[in-house]
Amino acid sequence: MKVLAAVKRVVDYNVKVRVKSDGSGVELNNVKMSINPFDEIAVEEAIRLKEAGNASEVVVVSIGSSKSEETLRSALAMGADRGVLVDTGDTNIEPLAVAKLLKKVVEQEDPGLVILGKQAIDDDCNQTGQMLAALLGWAQGTFASDVEVVNATSAKVTREVDGGLQKVLLKLPAVVTSDLRLNEPRYASLPNIMKAKKKPVAKPTLADLGLSEADIAPRLEVIETRAPETRSAGIKVASVTELVEKLKHEAGVL
Amino acid sequence: MTTLLIADHDNTRLSSHTAKALTASSKLGEVHLLVAGHNISAVANEAAQLTGVSKVLLVDHPELNHQLAESMASTILALAKDYSAIVAAATTTGKSILPRVAAQLDVMQLSEIIEVVSEDTFKRPIYAGNAIQTVRSRDAVKVITVRTASFDSAAMTGSAPIEPIDAVTGEKRSAHLADQLSTSDRPELASAKIVISGGRALGSAEKFNEVILPVADKLGAAVGASRAAVDSGYAPNDWQVGQTGKVVSPELYIACGISGAIQHLAGMKDSKVIVAINSDEEAPIFQLADYQLVADLFEALPELERSL
Repeated sequence: MKVLAAVKRVVDYNVKVRVKSDGSGVELNNVKMSINPFDEIAVEEAIRLKEAGNASEVVVVSIGSSKSEETLRSALAMGADRGVLVDTGDTNIEPLAVAKLLKKVVEQEDPGLVILGKQAIDDDCNQTGQMLAALLGWAQGTFASDVEVVNATSAKVTREVDGGLQKVLLKLPAVVTSDLRLNEPRYASLPNIMKAKKKPVAKPTLADLGLSEADIAPRLEVIETRAPETRSAGIKVASVTELVEKLKHEAGVL
Repeated sequence: MTTLLIADHDNTRLSSHTAKALTASSKLGEVHLLVAGHNISAVANEAAQLTGVSKVLLVDHPELNHQLAESMASTILALAKDYSAIVAAATTTGKSILPRVAAQLDVMQLSEIIEVVSEDTFKRPIYAGNAIQTVRSRDAVKVITVRTASFDSAAMTGSAPIEPIDAVTGEKRSAHLADQLSTSDRPELASAKIVISGGRALGSAEKFNEVILPVADKLGAAVGASRAAVDSGYAPNDWQVGQTGKVVSPELYIACGISGAIQHLAGMKDSKVIVAINSDEEAPIFQLADYQLVADLFEALPELERSL
């Protein structure tokens, strides 16, 4: 069984983003970019499935600008076998469009399992995996903290839900989205980073995938992007007694 | 212009998220509430009392017992043609189901809205709440999840008719195996008036329980945790507050030994009053705390518990 993992290039999670003063968006020039942390967990899970003998090949896919090849290379350095880059230029690609593009790649690659991060830390949408599953007519296991491939036709997925954990049985092929505690991604070693440079990355065009620009055009119009209202720091209290006193009589919340 | 709101419930009770998502939905016009599950007449009766719901649609089917996304999406899609908006609270259930509905309607979903500007324009946080985007949807049907912490609850003075309808569950591709749900007498994290959260500084699950829980019990508070505390195994995953965990906005939020990573602040910075207790004077959490106490947790928390 082949496993496909999808990765997105996003602003590194350690960067404190700055909103442009004209409301046109977030400053992306000269900002460190990295693989979306949830997607890194997805790649790690795919590689572990292969190492455990449950997968024959790990294919990583990225959709975005040509710079997303760096993101694919970091997934290849972790141990994925080959990459697919769908270069959509610098235009904003929404989750629905990503799901449509991934569906075409899935139809060509025919994987038994697709793993993606549950959300990207830039737009915080949390949609792509569910949309891909719907377009393919497949089962989904979102917010996974454990994935167990039972056999070629089924997998057990433990999901992190609001009330605790939920275990579901999925018919394969299926889509899984990774939550934080699915695994701890490995660091790529220097020899593997060097090896990754030689691994194949296919670059199908939109036409190769049977889609047009109109199919992936944005549906949402971003009117403006503003910094949130900031909270100013309050006061220091010297003791627990003073804290309780303030909460009772000043804030009135006790 | 009618909106279909998907009720959030556990087959026994309506969750507090539904009344908040209803407040957002009502800004779009008339609202029908879909209660889908199994053996849910009590939930439907409760739902009928929500002010602003003009009709409750009741779909009772064993296949919907655990509200798995595949069968829920099929049920909603069968109703979709009559509605101009389909809305759910951004709970783990709503977040799993609605993108499936959106994709099959060929619609781009609006995730976790925090404000309804007009019937096609909404505000939503991006980058863990470090930016707020105003977006307009060009799609004929709006598919929306609501960040319930940003909306007040609708009242319970209504008496809407309940209309039972047939389930359309589609091909069965997933099955529920087991739940491992936290049971607690404490209030639910997402709706509690007071939340006390612990971070990595607590050092172990034993210490977390020893100093946080007695204060929580004294205050009648829900218990939260930072991602670092959950990752370290000090607290269960469903206690996590933050960008990828739960978003809360209680009257009082007490952060204990939490440094204040961006992703944690994203989950609690809309709380009315924030207290931070930390031994590190430089902890970023102090920059947004209304009351700041620099102290050793293991001394301050037992003292707090005694003085309440």
